[in-house]
Amino acid sequence: MFLRHETIEKNVILMVVLTLITVSIGGIVQIIPLFTIESTIERIDGVRPYSPLEVLGRNIYIREGCYTCHSQQIRPFKDEVERYGPYSLAAESMYDKPFQWGSKRTGPDLSRVGGRYSNDWHVAHLVSPRAVVPESIMPAYPALATRRLDYADVARHLQALHAVGVPYSDAMIANARADLATQANPDADPTALLERYPRAVVGKFDSQSEAITEMDALVAYLQMLGTLVRFSDLPPERLRQ
Amino acid sequence: MPTKIEKDTLSGRDTTGHDWDGVKELNTPLPTWWVYTFYATIVFAVVYSALYPAWPWVNSHTTGWLGYSSRVELTQELEAQAKARAVFVDRIRATPLAGIAKDPELFRFALAGGRSAFQTNCLQCHGAGGAGSTGFPNLVDDDWLWGGNLQQIYTTIEHGIRNADDKSRQSLMPRFGADGLLTGAQIAAVTDYVLSLSGKATATPEGAAIFREQCAACHQADGKGNQELGAPNLADGLWLYGGDRESVYRSTFYARNGSMPAWSGRLDEATMKMLAIYVHALGGGR
Repeated sequence: MFLRHETIEKNVILMVVLTLITVSIGGIVQIIPLFTIESTIERIDGVRPYSPLEVLGRNIYIREGCYTCHSQQIRPFKDEVERYGPYSLAAESMYDKPFQWGSKRTGPDLSRVGGRYSNDWHVAHLVSPRAVVPESIMPAYPALATRRLDYADVARHLQALHAVGVPYSDAMIANARADLATQANPDADPTALLERYPRAVVGKFDSQSEAITEMDALVAYLQMLGTLVRFSDLPPERLRQ
Repeated sequence: MPTKIEKDTLSGRDTTGHDWDGVKELNTPLPTWWVYTFYATIVFAVVYSALYPAWPWVNSHTTGWLGYSSRVELTQELEAQAKARAVFVDRIRATPLAGIAKDPELFRFALAGGRSAFQTNCLQCHGAGGAGSTGFPNLVDDDWLWGGNLQQIYTTIEHGIRNADDKSRQSLMPRFGADGLLTGAQIAAVTDYVLSLSGKATATPEGAAIFREQCAACHQADGKGNQELGAPNLADGLWLYGGDRESVYRSTFYARNGSMPAWSGRLDEATMKMLAIYVHALGGGR
């Protein structure tokens, strides 16, 4: 018989062909869902690429390993929705390269932390978590407040993200440094910034320092997390995938 | 390679017929229970993928005969929960704040609901017991920045303080030192005057004069503050940003403009009402 053990073992070409078929079934099962990804991301308004300051804040978030203790994914369960807010949508992390969903919650989920606390709270909490939450076991990150943010190459960060599929326009890349400085300066005119990055939170996030610090970038990132989609004007049927 | 299947005398099983220089291989089949378990898992997978969402198509995926969706299930659970709570929540929504405090049953429900909302949303700044910390107000004492009656507490929760909400409580203390409105020596003098209000320093006439000109408009001539403007009472010996000379000097030099988020977009009306009741009952409510 054609598929007898003995026949296959003694016929190299046949064995190669059958091996290829077997392996490609495994490959197809993994690859095909990616072709349908367009249909699994909800079509909703409001999600935009991160502003330059937020991108660098996000890099600090990754550098400091925040994702090892904080998830950014609210699952569609009652207890999570009651505590953290509306469940996370696929669309909300479509510009996350790589995504920060995480798989561990030593600390709380952060996907809707934006606007939940004041800037002062974030700064005080990052410098010394136990000064504001005595029960906390989070490590302190006082160095963020004293390290100047290195943003000379921020346009290249945007370019790199553009190369992997984040739709940064040429204007966004050209104005990256100016946009970053504007977002961290409450006295500057944010019109152009807000046109490129609607709902960006503008302000001197760390009021204790004059220079733009890594703390400013990280708090700017935290303060926009989960704030882009307005769930009050989103009918639930549009959320069904 | 000779392929002669023979019976092994020791184990009583067949050999595979393979023979490598006299070494033979027993053909031991998989245990029956294992084989049938394996078949059962295949059957399970087929049934499961028919009942639940499983297979991707070009533009979507199979939804399964049960039509299950975790998002739909969640919506139903939340609706059921809202229905179960409605008996109290509807009454809380319909009753004015003062009325809730007068109805013992409703008051108990509001306290419990307020407490759980507080533990989720407020304790990060105001502390688990409401005692706050430096820069984050104590809600247990009777010193209130923007007023401590039920309605004032509710408004503060609803719209927050110095944020982007249209109706948020707004006021701005000038940065007397950082913006050059006063010299260092003048700030030192007014610091002594402020501390003298609670008996912790000796005031100079110069300090009193600066206070009258620069500070009294918001903090009042007697330093007892103005809750309309969120200007704290400087004479009661309770300090949000520290009451030592250094801290008061810093507060005057750089100014303090604490901020609180507006909760109206995150919490519903009934939850905010229950929070107001809970905070009011913590001890300092007026």
